[in-house]
Amino acid sequence: MTVTDAPRIITSRFDVADGFTIDRYEATGGYTALRRVLSMRPDEVAAEVKAASLLGRGGAGFPAGVKWGFCPPGVWPRYLVVNGDESEPGTYKDRLLMEKDPHQLIEGVLIACYAIGCAQAFLYVRGEMALAQERIAQALNEAYARGYVGRGILGSDFSVDVVLHWGAGAYIVGEETALIESLEGNRGMPRLKPPFFPAAKGLYLQPTVVNNVETLANLPWIVGHGGAAFAALGAETSRGTRLFAVSGHVKRPGVYEVEFGVTTFRDLLYSPLYGGGIRGGRALKAFIPGGASAPWFFEEHVDLPLEAGAVGKAGSMLGSGAVVVMDETTDVVKAALRLVRFFARESCGKCTPCREGTGWLEKILQRIDSGLGRPSDLDLLLDICDNISPSITWPPKQTTICPLGPSAVSPIASAVLRFRDEFEARIGAPAPVTVAVHGVAYNSKPPVEEPVGA
Amino acid sequence: MARLTEANELVAREIIGRYPRPKSALIPLLHLAQEQDGWVTDDAMEHIAELVGVTAAEVLGTCSFYEMFKREPVGTYLVNICTNISCQLLGAEELLHHAEATLGVKAGGTTRDGLITLEDVECIAACTEAPCLQVNYRYRYKVAPEDFDRLVDDLRSGALVDEVPPHGTLHRTRQRIPTDRAAGAASPVGGREPAWIASRPAPAKDTP
Ligand SMILES: Cc1cc2nc3c(=O)[nH]c(=O)nc-3n(C[C@H](O)[C@H](O)[C@H](O)COP(=O)(O)O)c2cc1C
Ligand code: SF4
Ligand code: FES
Repeated sequence: MTVTDAPRIITSRFDVADGFTIDRYEATGGYTALRRVLSMRPDEVAAEVKAASLLGRGGAGFPAGVKWGFCPPGVWPRYLVVNGDESEPGTYKDRLLMEKDPHQLIEGVLIACYAIGCAQAFLYVRGEMALAQERIAQALNEAYARGYVGRGILGSDFSVDVVLHWGAGAYIVGEETALIESLEGNRGMPRLKPPFFPAAKGLYLQPTVVNNVETLANLPWIVGHGGAAFAALGAETSRGTRLFAVSGHVKRPGVYEVEFGVTTFRDLLYSPLYGGGIRGGRALKAFIPGGASAPWFFEEHVDLPLEAGAVGKAGSMLGSGAVVVMDETTDVVKAALRLVRFFARESCGKCTPCREGTGWLEKILQRIDSGLGRPSDLDLLLDICDNISPSITWPPKQTTICPLGPSAVSPIASAVLRFRDEFEARIGAPAPVTVAVHGVAYNSKPPVEEPVGA
Repeated sequence: MARLTEANELVAREIIGRYPRPKSALIPLLHLAQEQDGWVTDDAMEHIAELVGVTAAEVLGTCSFYEMFKREPVGTYLVNICTNISCQLLGAEELLHHAEATLGVKAGGTTRDGLITLEDVECIAACTEAPCLQVNYRYRYKVAPEDFDRLVDDLRSGALVDEVPPHGTLHRTRQRIPTDRAAGAASPVGGREPAWIASRPAPAKDTP
C-alpha cells in the first residue's frame, strides 16, 4: 500500500463544526493568501499556479495555469465562471467543498480573478444544492462586510464582484459552454468549439475562464505554500492532492483526499483508511474509475496509480474523481441500463447521434433486461455506439457538439465486451459481436489465474 | 394568477442589477416565482419577461429546459429518490418501489392530499451515502424503507415544517451586495484593462 502522509490541502476544515463561518476561516489562516497576492504582480500569481501543475478537477483535467494563459491579450473585460454544477453520476466533492468551506472557495475565486484580470466572477451552484447555496450566500455576505470582496478589496485597487448564481436541474449545464449559455439565461445547450472556446469567446462572447470548484479551492494553499510545494506532491502530470468519492460496494464509502499520482486504486478500494475492502468479503467485479462517462476498469487495473496519464493509457479516465465499485453480485445489464438511461434523459437534444442514439440504446437495453432481447441486439447496441463515436476508441471520437453523446458508449462497450455471457443469458441465445471496438479498456482481459503450487 | 408581489419585484430588480445583461437573471427569477407560488405560473413568466426585457416565449423557452421548474402545481413536498448507479447498487430501485407502494403513486405522481410528489431522479451528489433522497432539496442519507416511512409520517404530522420549507424555497439566505461595497456588474462592451493589472505590469520579457 502506498497511503502517504501528504497534508490535507482542501479538506483541513471538514471536521470542524463551524468551518464554514468567516470567524473560523480567519482564525485558521483564511484570507492571508489574498493579502499576499495583493503584494504580488498578477503575472507572478499566475506563474505560481503554473508551477504547481494544478490539473483541472472538473473532468477534462486540463492544467489550470495553462488555461488561464489562453485569454487573448488586450481583450477586456474577462470573466470567471466557477463550475459548481457537480452532477456526473458517482461524483461527490464539490458540494462538500461549498458546504463545509465556502470561504476557501471564495478566496480561490478572488486569487484567480486577480491573476487573470477578471472584472466579475459568477459562482454557478447546482440548483438542487440548497445548503451549498445558503452557505455561499452567507459566506459572500460576510466577506463583503469585511472588505474581502467588492470594490477596493482590502483597500487596494483590486475590485471584483462575486455573484452567486444557481441552476435549475440539467446535467448538461456542467459542460462549460452550456454553463455559459445557462448563465446568459438560455436553455443549457452546448456551443460548438471552435469558435466558442470560453477563453476566447465565452460569457457574452468575452474571454472567460471556467474552472471547477475543487480546482479553485486549491489556490489559497498554493499561494500560501508556493507552487513548488504543491508540485512536490504526486507524480507525473498529477500533482498535489485530490478528492475521490468511493461509492458502491465497499465497506467504507466516503470522500477521501489523497495524494494524487501515487495513491493506487487498490489503496482507495482496500485500505482501512479509505474504502476498507469489498463489503461482505466478496470479489470485485468491475469499478468505474472516473464517473459515469468513464470506461470501466476491472481486477487487472487495481494496481494502477491515480495518475491521469497512466489511467488514460489504460483506456479510461479519472474524470471527476468518482470511483464506483461493483462486487460480484452486481447485475451488469441493469447497471449499464441505468447509466445509459441517465445519458438519454440528460441529452440536450442538439445533435442527432446523441439525441436519437442514447434513446435507442436505452430502449434496446430495456428490452434485453426484460427478457425480450434478440440475438442481434448486442451488435445493434455496438453499431449505434459506433455511430455516436466512430470506432469506439479512447479517448472517444466525436460526431457531436459535446462529449455527452460519446460518454453513453462507455458503460455499454464496457459491460457488453467483458460480460457478454450475462447478456446472452438474459437474451437466452448466443449474441455475436462483430462490430470492431478499439478502446483499450474495453478489450482488457481478466488476469489468468496461476494454478496454486505451480 | 400570480405575478410577482411588490416585495418580490424589488428582490427581482436587485438580482437583475448584479448581471451585465438582464436576461442572465432569468433562472434566479424563475426560482423566485416558484418560491412565491410553489410552481411557475404563466403570469409570473409574463411578469419576468417584462422585468428582463425579453418575450414571454423566451422565458418559457428557458423555463421548460430545466427539471426543477414545475409548470403545474406539485405537492408541498417534493421527494426525489436517486436511482443512479451508486444508489442503484445499494438498493435505490427497491426503495423507489417501496415509496410508490406506500404513497400509492408512481414516480412523477402526487398524493391525493396534495402533500407529496414523488420523483425518480439522477445523481444528487451524495453517492457515498447511498441510497439517498431529497425532500424539497434537503438531504436524507442511507435511507432504509423504515426511514422512508418515518419521513412520510413526519411530513404528514408537520414535524418537519421548520427544517423543510414548502416546495419552491431553496436557500433561505439571499446574497446581498451592499451598494457601498459593490464593484458593479462588468459590461461586456467598452471594457478596459483592470486597474490592478495596469498598475502592476509584468516586466518586459527578455528577447533571446
Ligand atoms: C457533459 C459534461 C458535463 C460536465 N459536468 C461538469 C460538472 O458538473 N462540473 C465541472 O466542474 N465540470 C464539468 N464538466 C467539465 C467542464 O466542461 C469543464 O471542463 C470544467 O468545468 C473546467 O474546469 P477545470 O479546468 O477546473 O476542471 C462537464 C463536461 C461535460 C462534457
Ligand atoms: S452531444 Fe448530446 S448533450 Fe452534447 S450537445 Fe449534442 S445532443 Fe447535446
Ligand atoms: S448516484 Fe445517487 S447520489 Fe450519486
